[in-house]
Amino acid sequence: MSLEVETRHRIGSFEIDAAFRSEGGVTALFGRSGSGKTSLINIVAGLLRPDAGRVVLDGDVIADSEKRLFTPVHRRRFGYVFQEARLFPHLSVRKNLAYGRWFAAAGKSASEFAKVVDMLGIGDLLERRPSTLSGGERQRVAVGRALLAAPRLLLMDEPLAALDEARKAEILPYLERLRDETKIPIVYVSHSVAEVARLAERVVVIDNGRVKASGAAAAILSRPAAALERREAGSLVEGVVDGHDADHNLTVVRAGECLIRIPHLVTAPGQRLRLYIAGRDVMLATAKPEGISALNILPGTIVDLSKAQEGSVDVRIDCGGNIIVARITGLSCEVLGLEPGKPVHAIIKTVALDY
Amino acid sequence: MDWMALSDAEWTAVRLSLRVATVAMLSSLPVALLAAMALARGRFWGRSILNGLVHMPLILPPVVTGFVLLILFGRRGPIGAFLAENFGLVFSFRWTGAALACAVMGFPLMVRSIRLSIEAVDRKLEDAAATLGASPAWVFLTVTLPLILPGIVAGMILSFAKAMGEFGATITFVSNIPGETQTLSAAIYSFTQVPGGDAGAMRLALISIVISMAALMLSEFLAAAAARRTVAA
Repeated sequence: MSLEVETRHRIGSFEIDAAFRSEGGVTALFGRSGSGKTSLINIVAGLLRPDAGRVVLDGDVIADSEKRLFTPVHRRRFGYVFQEARLFPHLSVRKNLAYGRWFAAAGKSASEFAKVVDMLGIGDLLERRPSTLSGGERQRVAVGRALLAAPRLLLMDEPLAALDEARKAEILPYLERLRDETKIPIVYVSHSVAEVARLAERVVVIDNGRVKASGAAAAILSRPAAALERREAGSLVEGVVDGHDADHNLTVVRAGECLIRIPHLVTAPGQRLRLYIAGRDVMLATAKPEGISALNILPGTIVDLSKAQEGSVDVRIDCGGNIIVARITGLSCEVLGLEPGKPVHAIIKTVALDY
Repeated sequence: MDWMALSDAEWTAVRLSLRVATVAMLSSLPVALLAAMALARGRFWGRSILNGLVHMPLILPPVVTGFVLLILFGRRGPIGAFLAENFGLVFSFRWTGAALACAVMGFPLMVRSIRLSIEAVDRKLEDAAATLGASPAWVFLTVTLPLILPGIVAGMILSFAKAMGEFGATITFVSNIPGETQTLSAAIYSFTQVPGGDAGAMRLALISIVISMAALMLSEFLAAAAARRTVAA
């Protein structure tokens, strides 16, 4: 699978001039609100006709302004999950789910329907009206509806942005299953580092209508402040769920040689996941601290230090094979005498690792 | 209760009115739907002229509307002559003419009601349907139409009620011929013009009130039912 998008489009005084590629999996379009992410994904979907540009999926030219080629939305077979679920209010959940199947050329089987319903956990909602569902339930139904239309590509425009933290936590595991269990490539628009860190394999950073950076998620998200807003800088740690501490509502994740305790997640041991650790949530100590509430104290050695910027320094530490970024003040750095090669302890509060 | 018994002539007027109103309502529906779509969604030159034309019967004195119909659709009128020659469709002094007059008079009400409901449809839902593979025609049939159904029903009932009460344009265009063009309103008018016609006028007036009330209650009921079905998500 490969998706190629390049486009130029002017909306008033705002100009989009962007190109990106995706090689399957989840590609995140990441950027602030107002950066042009939604317009870009609408151009891919065909809901917005750009002034100029090309959209190519697997060598199949979907749109090309030079050849005056523009496939209308309904012939593209790109599933789209919107920020607001946009369920049809006059149809039951079951009929909403089945809507796309009327038009999908290959009539999808009943077992496919059952599989999607099961994967999204919406079996109990089938006979209800959309107006009676909670925000999280609606969004799951919207994902199911898009999937059952047999899309070649799934577009998601901030599907979690309108939900509160609890609802987000409820849906994210379903999106991870979707990523892992279906082969459908996904373009995921988001302004949340946590979501992108957890879901995306590739990240395209959009700023002011242009692509500012793109590459593998771990590389982009760990890059010191180049691509991200400075306050968002941090590190991405890949891990495997090691076990749960049910008494204390904690989940233990093994990352390299470290064990990291995070708030409880509904996942089976062995499940791979990625943690995004914001630099401003990490403290450093030169001696192992005692009598401290933070649960994660990871020994490591300093790899390098960034230049001081606005009075703070980003310190990269190698903790048992993981690179963790800590943002500390220039003053602390001086007082502790930090320098590359020095052994330190990175301290991360468990509650800071909430999604 | 002898005075309540309707004479044959009175029954004829009631039946004729119901037929005229039904035909007027049904035949103007497709045109009204098109006009409402054009006014709500269309971006074309002359849109405000179309809007003015549609609303004309609402503003003009009914006598003027009837007179214009007489000129255009009369035997010797340009449209009337054409239709009579090619399709054998004659309007002047026929019940079909009464239906035409009623349709024209009710048209702005129907268009207005449907147009408002089209404008209230969330176009994002139509975009969502398109991304699921529905062509524009299917989007209209499976999303837009069900969502504007309450507006269509309300428009139909308004048009029907208007047709039941129409008097000025009808009597100007097709006169007041018992059994052919004498509708309920025209029959009541005739009764009031002769000595001792009060009882007949009263009987027909009561029937008119009952029909109007029934139409109103039916519309309320259907609107409520439709609203229950389509509570916004």
